[in-house]
Amino acid sequence: MSLFSEYLISGLLLIGGAFTLIGALGLARLPDFFTRLHGPTKATTLGVGAIMLSSVIYFSSTDQGLGISEILITVFLFLTAPVSANMLAKAAMHLGVRTTDSTEGNPWEQ
Amino acid sequence: MLDRLRFPQPWLSLILFVTWQFLSEGISGASVVMGLLLAWAIPQITEGFWPEKPAFVKARRLPMYLAVLLWDIVVASISVAKLILSPRQPKPIFVCYPLQLEHPLAISILASTISLTPGTVSADVSDDQRILLIHTLDAESSEEVIDAIHKRYEKPLMEMFQ
Repeated sequence: MSLFSEYLISGLLLIGGAFTLIGALGLARLPDFFTRLHGPTKATTLGVGAIMLSSVIYFSSTDQGLGISEILITVFLFLTAPVSANMLAKAAMHLGVRTTDSTEGNPWEQ
Repeated sequence: MLDRLRFPQPWLSLILFVTWQFLSEGISGASVVMGLLLAWAIPQITEGFWPEKPAFVKARRLPMYLAVLLWDIVVASISVAKLILSPRQPKPIFVCYPLQLEHPLAISILASTISLTPGTVSADVSDDQRILLIHTLDAESSEEVIDAIHKRYEKPLMEMFQ
């Protein structure tokens, strides 16, 4: 493995780890349920994406074949993350979870 | 007997086949046979879930759309990360987005796109599929959000699905 790819992999791992951490911090810091939904479902998309990319580069540069399965993991994650966020939001609206006072507009009930 | 051997959704079958080849370690005779079997069986089983067959008219625009989406995910992730780390409180808005798309698949792609880009989650779609309820984490006004989504995502999708 060349020095360049080692730096690249470390950089991507650090970026991925940082975004995952920030997503988790958002869960603690943001004021209500709906805003907390944003932290973990999203900052994490980029975090996991960066970690997967570093894994692809690692396995490609150590001659163990191109890491296609990592790309598939990312694709499946990107397909399922919006659905789970949507289900959580719907459930919260159904239960009438309170929003913070600074929220404009209202969730509807149907 | 032979009419059972049809592929009601050729694109879905193709995607399933290719995905199976990726999942199995290396392409072999066994993986091709299994892939063909799955590409035939899964569309048959799930046919009932697709009352209207999805119809891509201009699928060649899809790579461009995905590239824009990927870029937006990166940019918006950074802005959400900045917001989380800064001490100020966010200004969340529930936006009622008036849909111009009519095809159910197009609407669900738009809703997923909105949820994937950080800062917005699509929460619900109205029963008549005309309004999408979106929760934004931090925005100045709902007009701004509607405008941005319409320009970046809905217009290209409309061109794809007409």
